[in-house]
Amino acid sequence: MSLRQRAVKELEIQKTLVALPPRQIYPSTAALAVATPVLSVLVALVIAAIILFLSGKDAFFILTEIVHTSFIQNFSETVVKAIPLTLAALGVSLAFRARLWNIGAEGQFYGGVLVATALALGFPGLPAPVIIPLMVAGGLLGGAIWGLLPGLLRAWLDVNEIISSLMLNYVALLLTDYFIFGPWRDPKGFNFPVTATFSDAARLPVLVTNTRIHLGLVFAIIAAALVWLLVSRTKWGFELKVMGDNLKAARYAGINITRNIVIAFLLSGALAGLAGMSEVTGIAGRLQQNLSPGYGYTAIIIAWLARLNPWAIILVAVLFGGLVSSGFTMQRVGVSSGLVTLLQGIVLFCVLGGESLYRRLLYQAALRRSNQGSNQGPDQLKDKES
Amino acid sequence: MKNSKRMSYAGILSGLLLTLSVLLMACGDNTATTAPAAATTAAGVTVTSTTVAGQAATTAASTAATGDKFKVAFVYVGPIGDGGWTYAHEQARLKLVAALPNVEATYLENVAEDPSTSEAVFTELAQKGNKVIFGTSFGYMDPMVNVAKKFPDVKFEHATGYKTADNLAVYQVRQYQPRYLAGIVAGKMTKTNIIGYVAAFPIPEVVGGIDAFTIGVRSVNPNAKVKVVWTNTWYDPGLEKTAAQSLLNAGADILAQHQDTPSTLQAAQEAGKYAFGNDSIMESYGPKAHLASPYWDWSPYYIDRVKAAMNGTWKTGSYFGGFKEGVVDLSPLNSVVPDDVKKMVDEKKAALKAGTLDVYAGPIKDNTGAVKVAQGATLTDDQITAIDYLVEGVDGSIPK
Repeated sequence: MSLRQRAVKELEIQKTLVALPPRQIYPSTAALAVATPVLSVLVALVIAAIILFLSGKDAFFILTEIVHTSFIQNFSETVVKAIPLTLAALGVSLAFRARLWNIGAEGQFYGGVLVATALALGFPGLPAPVIIPLMVAGGLLGGAIWGLLPGLLRAWLDVNEIISSLMLNYVALLLTDYFIFGPWRDPKGFNFPVTATFSDAARLPVLVTNTRIHLGLVFAIIAAALVWLLVSRTKWGFELKVMGDNLKAARYAGINITRNIVIAFLLSGALAGLAGMSEVTGIAGRLQQNLSPGYGYTAIIIAWLARLNPWAIILVAVLFGGLVSSGFTMQRVGVSSGLVTLLQGIVLFCVLGGESLYRRLLYQAALRRSNQGSNQGPDQLKDKES
Repeated sequence: MKNSKRMSYAGILSGLLLTLSVLLMACGDNTATTAPAAATTAAGVTVTSTTVAGQAATTAASTAATGDKFKVAFVYVGPIGDGGWTYAHEQARLKLVAALPNVEATYLENVAEDPSTSEAVFTELAQKGNKVIFGTSFGYMDPMVNVAKKFPDVKFEHATGYKTADNLAVYQVRQYQPRYLAGIVAGKMTKTNIIGYVAAFPIPEVVGGIDAFTIGVRSVNPNAKVKVVWTNTWYDPGLEKTAAQSLLNAGADILAQHQDTPSTLQAAQEAGKYAFGNDSIMESYGPKAHLASPYWDWSPYYIDRVKAAMNGTWKTGSYFGGFKEGVVDLSPLNSVVPDDVKKMVDEKKAALKAGTLDVYAGPIKDNTGAVKVAQGATLTDDQITAIDYLVEGVDGSIPK
């Protein structure tokens, strides 16, 4: 097939897909949408149980121990983990919707951390009602700045955002190290790389007594609602989706692509920055190394598994929070760390596998429907060629 | 189109099967490690201890009949097979289990230092009936302080930290003492008068170690320089090796290191140069290159503290043990080291044990020439644990 033929064919397929109402490409065939992840998790659990059994462990005991620890006794800790995961995943989901691959949530997280820390250390005397809104704004701003860099590069110079946003993660980490080892080092910290502890006013209040669940939970829920409104109820959200489905079509439709790329990255970064701000002020209370155990990267997986749906992101984030802590529960009851990593890998593998299967089924369904509707479906194209 | 679809189903299916078979193989490995034979880990390290750990773990998992035992837990930042820092703590845990049969000591490895993860882990351990919990990395400090507050009946022990509470003690060893002895060996053995030092983070423990090492070097060879490279990581074998190679390229013929893994030693072995281990005796990772390893034996402290907790005599404190307490040492020297150097090291070691030799005795200048410790003076323990300058003879700076 010549290049031109291929281009023509590609265009035909795109036309067919664009011609379909969005609902038909992504049908909310609720049963399938819910059944896939649930089945995937079940398959994963069965495989995990078999492996545990084969390695001489009491699989039933271990699995009940996990459920009990991560989702009953210490559910609050799972929620604590889900807060930054939700916020960061909401952030990347915005960019992903327009097929902008923002891999930089980790760096944008630290962008928010740095500005929030600067405010907390710089204004130790301010009362909570002043400093907390200030830090929220700062966290959003810090993340937004870090997201803006790859956004502008992509929008103006067409620089690959995967690479630039990823590389900026390392820059953010090193910048954080610079501040912890340098200007912000706690003078009373025996030269250890930690900042001074924040004043009590600059700590996010705890929402549920005797737990560490902090105000960040409210931020996460509000953010999910706003993102949902934005993507499903505004023109801008629709523009993002069109950009994601077909950039050329979006351009022909007169959508301001440059502006939208920049805004998508700004918002995406701001949400990750808010995640960083809530983690450093709600959990840590001071800046230290390794503040994030890779939230920004886990967020990417969460956003995809939730199919970019803001409400689903919250659910998946809670599941992942539990998955992370369950690893240590398993170690505690005698499963080696290597086996734990393996089991977590299986869960991911099954869920992602189920997900791609789901997408494929949807695609087929869409094609079948388009074939019924018109005679110009891709399959007919194929037949004509051969 | 249809065909390609079928193909991809086949792809997914075969992928699943492949994974399953890999998993089954992995399980085979795992059962092998529980068998009463020495097992080999992925890193190629022979770990005879796995059996003990495996058995302890199985008993913990299978029954609740271990209720009578005194439960103790260890939280490690790295994997027990790191061959260095965590490995040393794990060896001490095994000695503890052997010494006190009524103790059930479990461990968690690869526990991240972020406050969210680590605090949850310490909380869970305290909830599950552990009476003493050891955390072996600096980053666990604030989480341990918080959890200690919530569980006043549980004793917490934090390695390398500085915050204490009624039920939270800190402990560290005088790593600088055997590092000083290593410096003497390096000063005697170098031909190029350039000695490389692969360092983790510019924190006092590391900075003070470089200083003690350099003081040792310069005590026998005032012309030698110690070149420092910071890796900004504790556990990154690839990066550590690259850092070591950069020092070798810069003319260093002997490498010292303050990292959790033997990568520096491996780099020296490959290049036909000499190097020191760290934290554990690392000889097996590069027997030709290995001059010696400054290493720590945490077991006397662990046994003492757990005993005290069992007797009800446990009290908080800041432990800083050295040669005198038998918790630090320099491993036997490589046979290439001349006898007079060996003798000298033995003498100095004896003096450190007897307490007649002070590594940080003045005069000490930093590497900008400023006098830091005057003639006749020395550093107090508080100053040692907060040291923040590199001494004369160190070619490098502390990133600020």
